[in-house]
Amino acid sequence: MLKLRTQKNWLSLILTTGLLLSSVSWSSNAETDNKGLEIAKERKARDKGWGDSESTSLMILRNAQGDESVREMRIQALEVQGDGDKGLTIFDQPRDVKGSAFLNFSHINEPDDQWLYLPALKRVKRIASRNKSGPFMGSEFAYEDLASFEVAKYTYNYLRDETVNGELCWVVESIPTDRYSGYSKQIVWIDQSEYRVQKIEFYDRKKALLKTLTFDDYKLYLDKYWRAHKMTMTNHQTGKSTDMIAKEIKFRVGLTESDFNQNSLRRAR
Amino acid sequence: MKHFTRALFIPAFFYLLPVEAVEYEFLGSLGIEGRYFSEEASDSNQTEQQFSIYAEPEIYFQLNDGNDSVTFQPFARLDSADEARSHVDIRELYWLHVDGDWELRVGINKVFWGVTETLHLVDIVNQTDSIESFDGEEKLGQPMIQFSLFKDWGYLDVFVLPYFRERTFAGEEGRLRGQFLIDTDNAVYESKDKQNHVDFAASWRNSFDLMDLSLNIFKGTSREPELIPKLDDGIPTGEILPFYPQITQFGAVMQYMSEAWLWKLEAINRTGDMIDDFNAMVGGFEYTMVGINDSATDLGWVIEYAFDERDASQVATQNDLSVAARIVLNDMDSTEVLAGVSQDMEYSNSRAWFIEANTRIGEASKLIVDMWLFTGDEIDDISSQFANEDFVQLSYEWYF
Repeated sequence: MLKLRTQKNWLSLILTTGLLLSSVSWSSNAETDNKGLEIAKERKARDKGWGDSESTSLMILRNAQGDESVREMRIQALEVQGDGDKGLTIFDQPRDVKGSAFLNFSHINEPDDQWLYLPALKRVKRIASRNKSGPFMGSEFAYEDLASFEVAKYTYNYLRDETVNGELCWVVESIPTDRYSGYSKQIVWIDQSEYRVQKIEFYDRKKALLKTLTFDDYKLYLDKYWRAHKMTMTNHQTGKSTDMIAKEIKFRVGLTESDFNQNSLRRAR
Repeated sequence: MKHFTRALFIPAFFYLLPVEAVEYEFLGSLGIEGRYFSEEASDSNQTEQQFSIYAEPEIYFQLNDGNDSVTFQPFARLDSADEARSHVDIRELYWLHVDGDWELRVGINKVFWGVTETLHLVDIVNQTDSIESFDGEEKLGQPMIQFSLFKDWGYLDVFVLPYFRERTFAGEEGRLRGQFLIDTDNAVYESKDKQNHVDFAASWRNSFDLMDLSLNIFKGTSREPELIPKLDDGIPTGEILPFYPQITQFGAVMQYMSEAWLWKLEAINRTGDMIDDFNAMVGGFEYTMVGINDSATDLGWVIEYAFDERDASQVATQNDLSVAARIVLNDMDSTEVLAGVSQDMEYSNSRAWFIEANTRIGEASKLIVDMWLFTGDEIDDISSQFANEDFVQLSYEWYF
């Protein structure tokens, strides 16, 4: 009994010390935390109001030997105020998956809702939320890499200034708040001129560098919204890479909520 | 295939419609298949190997900015051994109209109900094309009028089904029919309208956060025939007749998602004047481990238990546990393998092992391997009919 109490005391001492230490380090980092968060908020604010969009994209998958395989898809997206965006992805290539479609409702504080339509079986399958860290269509992009950016999905820590792609960037450490994220952290380079993401490094759960995503061919839409037409994800652990190339992006094409449900998923062409 | 948009040279009557352009697509698949049976059949007329070619093209038109469309998808197979397996079917030929929160489909179509993997209990709108695949996943096109509605309270589908499709069975030379030949030319019906009986079905489904619920009802000709001995002057001929009774079936479907788990349940209650009323259920879970051993490979476990109040002489899934592993490599070629076993909990010798695997070859072809191995010799167990039907099947499909 005495022994147990002693152990408890030790435990509480360690806990208290830990808490004190962490609160000390927290207060010393408050400024950089705050700066990181402010950058993330401004990044999100600058992208507000785009409404809806429709794009045609190519994904070029490359293995370590340099073999390539192409995926072609159309993506419809709807901005949702106060929550994550909605997306409907319709696959055109390879031809054996033509007609398959993927419906995604991103959320800020809870797991995304995802459904996959399989035309051969006429079946809509719900995807378990834990699968977000899994690969999208065999590419180096995980499902979570393609979900909409929401401020509350991460905690932030401003690290330094650095020039990437000829743009002076803030370098911000982003730590996912969702414990089912496949990443321990992301290092994000955001340019200071337009708050565009120029580069992201993804670190796996063991804190080793896993992937690097670079953004190229930014184009301006509706005089306000920047979209990268080429994103390259390189996996450093496997040597594989994926280029995501947006061939065409159209904004405000008149999509509404009714274009993003299980019925529209079934009839997506 | 690419979308082709062409200006239409509009006939006079089309001026009445707000049509500017018709978008159409032509796509589909061609396949070759070989099937090898390792054991001799109980009937010496039955083949030990069969080869076939099959095609499933699809033509699609849309107009009025996609609010109206027509889909036509025929299917044909030519088989080297089984005359009954050489067949043609219209899988889909329907007009779809979309208007805000409702849709109307008129014509021949396929619909799927349910969530479980090893057995599709509630899925009743379409007849099973059982000659096509042993697992019951292939369906015949069903003539229907389908009205669909999406509201705050969920999705509602109402069906009028004006014509009945009989289940397909292997012919005299064909396999996977058991020892008795099924005489599909002389099916027996409870209704005097036979195939022209008009059936009704309705389904409601909705999602409540992590829970998906669905309730449905079907009233009409049972898709599942009862198999009765064919008599000639009161003497059994050794053949079997399919008997299609009138039934009312209530179905319920539940799916609950919890992180890596998908919990699934399907239940039915079937009643009718000429059948023994019964309840049946299938339920279990699918648990997915993403990126096993730091690879891109996902490993999913599918465990489902099926129970049916009918006994083993009437239905194979009266008391069965299925355990399967789904391996998804997430590679360029989208390689997937599903392998497992269904074990009868009542007859311990009765089980079926199965492997289904597929991978992409090049840019537009797939290689598919299916294998089923059956054991069980209890005469009271309908599954024992398949004891000599072990087979491996290799298919190559080309998509255009």
